[in-house]
Amino acid sequence: MSEPAGNCLVRNDWICGEYVRTRSQELVDATVQHIGITVASVAIGLLIAFPLALLARRWRAAAGPVLGLTTVLYTVPSLAMFSLLVPVFGLSVSVVVTGLVLYSLTILVRNILAGLAAVPEEAREAARGMGYGPLRLLFGVELPLALPAVVAGVRIATVSTVSLTTVGALVGYGGLGNLIYEGLHSVFKAQVLTASVLCVLLAVVADLALLLVQRLLTPWTRTGRAGRPRRAWRKAVA
Amino acid sequence: MGVAEETWTWLTTGAHWSGTDGVWHRLAEHLELTTVCLLISCVLALPVAVLLGHTGRGGALAVNLSNAGRAVPTFAVLVLLTLSPLGEYGSWPTVLALVLFAIPPLLTNAYVGMREVDRDVVEAARGMGMSGRQVVGRVELPLALPMIMTGVRSAAVQVVATVSIAAMVGGGGLGRIITAGFRLTYTAQVVAGAVLVAALALLVEGLFAALERLLARSRRRGGVRPPVSPEPADVQPVAG
Repeated sequence: MSEPAGNCLVRNDWICGEYVRTRSQELVDATVQHIGITVASVAIGLLIAFPLALLARRWRAAAGPVLGLTTVLYTVPSLAMFSLLVPVFGLSVSVVVTGLVLYSLTILVRNILAGLAAVPEEAREAARGMGYGPLRLLFGVELPLALPAVVAGVRIATVSTVSLTTVGALVGYGGLGNLIYEGLHSVFKAQVLTASVLCVLLAVVADLALLLVQRLLTPWTRTGRAGRPRRAWRKAVA
Repeated sequence: MGVAEETWTWLTTGAHWSGTDGVWHRLAEHLELTTVCLLISCVLALPVAVLLGHTGRGGALAVNLSNAGRAVPTFAVLVLLTLSPLGEYGSWPTVLALVLFAIPPLLTNAYVGMREVDRDVVEAARGMGMSGRQVVGRVELPLALPMIMTGVRSAAVQVVATVSIAAMVGGGGLGRIITAGFRLTYTAQVVAGAVLVAALALLVEGLFAALERLLARSRRRGGVRPPVSPEPADVQPVAG
């Protein structure tokens, strides 16, 4: 006797090809939302973290409060963070993105600061000697040398953000987390497992893609022994 | 009335603090789960980390574990465990998920702490005729203690955060006040629950930070040279 199609859906199996085939549009939509939330959060996080890090570097007095505040934000559990933002934004995607931006700041500010601090003083001196102004020094010399540490921070922030986005299901904007949350209530095992696996895959792919970007942008770190920026990277990650 | 005022009213209403759904009961659940899971994870992770750190083996595993832990969403693991056969056993899915996510920061920090002990100091201890056990107990462990404590603090904050998410899958703890608030579309209760959860997390972080400082001070008074360990490498907890 041939089994009826969609039998694994009826049996509520964990792994079900039929589920992936029949609900592919739902999976694609959730993945697109997940990627959108992650990219927006990390991008906005970078845009805010960069001036904050420069501020903390320029005025030592600002460094303590900036680092302290971002650490306090990081300690707030995601469930509480999203809930606290609900009165501000209502049940919207802004709740999730804002919460994730605040989390990414901690990692990004620290890593940008560590990267800039690890730029060899001789490199700065040489650039000044060649007549570089402060802006050109920053963008032409310091930032490229700090790039491995900065990208390391972006990688950590991205992977954490992919994972934390799922909690956004609380307000209905959790990307793949929405499918996981729905699957919990309808006890739909295939949906929960498929969405969870996709979520981990997304994190791994994003991490590898960023690593590739860093290699392409900083070809000099590949040759020879680990230079100074790499040591900064290790410290920031460890 | 603004949300802030309504939240204040919610928090100052005595009825919200008593009973099974009350704040005190939820706080007790939260603290109980946190303490039990933190203890289990410490018992499991710290001896392994110390052994690996002492022998210098398994470094890649110890360090990559926290990267892997970051990539796996706590929420997904909680839901998966709840739907698994384990889900029939009350809070066991939550306990297992909490332990799984507390192990990486403990293991990584303790391992790095052990490896960062000055090799010359270890060699000197060996040269004085100390056995492997003595080197661990008298030299490596005391010097690695600050990093181990940093790991315990990360793990504690992580567990407090994950317990709150467990409320989304029907677990206990302060998160239940938030999820109940969402079901009732009662914003003041959502915010009140969030304030309580955030306050608890900050309190735990603060307590462990104070404990670390206290330890560092008593060691200095004891005449032991403060460890020449670099600033604690920040293994950030996933704010799960």
